[in-house]
Amino acid sequence: MIPLFTLSNISVGDELPDLVYEVTATTVVLGALASRDWRPMHHDHDFAVNRNGTRDIFLNTPNQAAWFERYVTDWTGPFGRLGRMKFRMKGSVFPNDTMTMSGVIEGTDIDGVGCGWASLLVTLSVDDEVRTDCSVRVAIPCDVDDNPWLRRGDQWIP
Amino acid sequence: MSSVPATVIALIDQRQYEEAGEFPVERGYIWTSCASVENGNPLFWDDEVAQAITGGPIASPTMLSVWFRPHNWSPGRDEQPLPLRVHFDLKEVFDLPEAVMTDNTIVFHDPVRPGDLLVTRQILRSVSEPKTTKLGTGRFWVIDVEYLNQDGQLVGVESYTGFGYRREEAGE
Repeated sequence: MIPLFTLSNISVGDELPDLVYEVTATTVVLGALASRDWRPMHHDHDFAVNRNGTRDIFLNTPNQAAWFERYVTDWTGPFGRLGRMKFRMKGSVFPNDTMTMSGVIEGTDIDGVGCGWASLLVTLSVDDEVRTDCSVRVAIPCDVDDNPWLRRGDQWIP
Repeated sequence: MSSVPATVIALIDQRQYEEAGEFPVERGYIWTSCASVENGNPLFWDDEVAQAITGGPIASPTMLSVWFRPHNWSPGRDEQPLPLRVHFDLKEVFDLPEAVMTDNTIVFHDPVRPGDLLVTRQILRSVSEPKTTKLGTGRFWVIDVEYLNQDGQLVGVESYTGFGYRREEAGE
């Protein structure tokens, strides 16, 4: 088994393929329950609108994290190892939204212990409005024999 | 001069609410999580791939907080326990009935594996002065949550920025 690509195959400015997804109430509720988030604003329309003052129920943060993970590892394949993700929530994602996830490589580097990294900016947009952006640092094999998952302790600096 | 009470300032950088998860990491939830976002990464679905790359099955890294969200009900319990209790403590201290999370950083360390029983602890890092946003008036705060496995190895750190607020409209 070999990586889909190695660090030398990617460059700053490269774009990841878009992911387009039609969000439904099921998407929101399934995502909330899958992340064990029982709070009503993620499954109860009346609570979300009349108590929280939002338009509808909306994707919860842990499930958005899962969407970002899926998006990044769709691209890297299983050898990609997440090091760090930082989200900035600018707006909510509701049922009937069409969300588009896009990504661009902002940097690549090899750290002091020889681990290869790609720094990505990933955006989750609805109607061309960014609802969440996410800075991702993901370890990428330096060559076909490298496997970031084998790193432990001081050999892993995320 | 800060308007943050001294009792809150005293909690900054202090470890609070160290607790073990209510159940071990289990694969059914990993698959449910992957299904919720249609994540087909073979690390979670194909044991041969997982063995070859990660030395056996692992949990989806972004599921860290999942293992600490309490059951919605359990026998003999009268009140729903609150996840991220420091967040709810701050809502109460500042009398802010609503809250949203605005930023979330997750740093991933050793992989989490089925059967692990994780331990977590919460650390308040900062509290802002009052701010007004389109949601209402309130305060921002930053809370770190550290996760360790049963061997004491750090498996991740989540950092949340929350905004506790009161809506401008009366009669909440």
